[in-house]
Amino acid sequence: MATVIVVTSGKGGVGKTTTSASFATGLAQRGHRTVVIDFDVGLRNLDLIMGCERRVVYDFINIINGEANLNQALIRDKRVENLCILPASQTRDKDALTKEGVERVLNDLKQSFDYIVCDSPAGIERGALMALYFADEALVVTNPEVSSVRDSDRILGILASRSRRAEQGEPPVKEHLVLARYAPERADRGDMLSVEDVLEILGIPLLGVIPESQNVLQSSNAGVPVILEDGSDAGAAYSDLVERFLGKNLPHRFITSQKKGFLKRLFGGS
Amino acid sequence: MLLQSPRFVGEDNPPFELKGSLFTLTVLHLFHPDRAAIERHLAEKIKQAPGFFSNTPVVIDLDGVVDAPDEVDFSGLYQLLRGHGMVPVGIRNGSPELQTSARQAGLPALPESRAPGGAARKPERADPAPARSRIFSHPVRSGQQIYAPDGDLIVLGTVSAGAEVIADGNIHIYGALRGRALAGVKGDVEPRIFCQSLEAELVSIAGRYRISEQIDPADRGKAMQIHLVEDRLIIEHLTR
Repeated sequence: MATVIVVTSGKGGVGKTTTSASFATGLAQRGHRTVVIDFDVGLRNLDLIMGCERRVVYDFINIINGEANLNQALIRDKRVENLCILPASQTRDKDALTKEGVERVLNDLKQSFDYIVCDSPAGIERGALMALYFADEALVVTNPEVSSVRDSDRILGILASRSRRAEQGEPPVKEHLVLARYAPERADRGDMLSVEDVLEILGIPLLGVIPESQNVLQSSNAGVPVILEDGSDAGAAYSDLVERFLGKNLPHRFITSQKKGFLKRLFGGS
Repeated sequence: MLLQSPRFVGEDNPPFELKGSLFTLTVLHLFHPDRAAIERHLAEKIKQAPGFFSNTPVVIDLDGVVDAPDEVDFSGLYQLLRGHGMVPVGIRNGSPELQTSARQAGLPALPESRAPGGAARKPERADPAPARSRIFSHPVRSGQQIYAPDGDLIVLGTVSAGAEVIADGNIHIYGALRGRALAGVKGDVEPRIFCQSLEAELVSIAGRYRISEQIDPADRGKAMQIHLVEDRLIIEHLTR
């Protein structure tokens, strides 16, 4: 049975699409049939990060509306086997995402894929709700910064109350924390929240810490998921993350031992 | 004459009437009878809440007086408290000897409380039906609002910043309270808010509220209870 995973955050610009691209690529690299769907209708980005923007003919909305079939719209990745991309429409808006339409497309995809990765748009409106509604698991992407953490908290609340699993009283969506753009030395100085601070606020299991890295920007602009960049810290961190998701027990890298964190300094915790 | 005239002692026009009534009183739990220490601590408390102790009736609880119980100078204590605006009206608990010397200083012994600890309340209000409480066993996330109508709300997890927990009755939070908690929203002044770590954005009972800024930083992150005393929100440690 295929697993639907939403990559979400609430706040924009924290690394959802970067994470979706590398996570999906990592799953496919390990032999799992994987499709990654861009739910950001109107602000299509995933195709750029995946480097397939020139091959987009049909999109997600075309399939929902029955204007094309899945095989016409799915873009097969050229670097990694088992990986497909379903791009968003750039000319439509989020209202084109209907619950019935999304469900039908997901059910079709479940026939031929092991993992369906849904790259959520920012916000908590229709696009984000549709991306998370059918999820079995969720990667909640957060930056070590108070507003990002609060927005992630909000999204966790929505996952727990407005997903299909919540509405139908099924076991809850399995939550994973991805802490992106982390700079241990700045956390040590108290400039940013530490891993501990974020975990204390959100209280969900940590799947991976992605260090702040020049490679992310470079590979985004080059259209290569950073997980494919050899020798990059961020890429290695994403590889670890995928392994952990698949059940391997790996220690967290790229975090140094914590001194007194930001929250503690701010509120003088006892 | 008066006594002989049944018309005057009758129901029509009595000079007074005795009735039982309930009051919420501040209880001062005395631990050490050391006058200087009491005065110091009192000054500190008054600095935290200036105006709060103006003509406040207090009951002195002697349950905690263990060392040097013989040295409690009740008239001195009375003067000291009066000097700081409190009006001692009686004592509670304590050994028979202590109670005797308190009585000599004009402080009657009030009936002992069942549960030493300050939060005791006699079952005076015979509730016809027990209020229903709502148990919420997940964390309350930012943006979520949980309401317990007609009863207590019990939250087993943390209440995040930006979340709101509301009850007509008490609110118990077994995690951190980082969002807003509003108890007694239908106007009942009796309910309290309890939490394991007070980091709230706002606490309110029966419409009286305090925002984060108005909470003493020393109380942050501690296990606290919040209740109303004479229309004022009191925040105090859950354990002594």
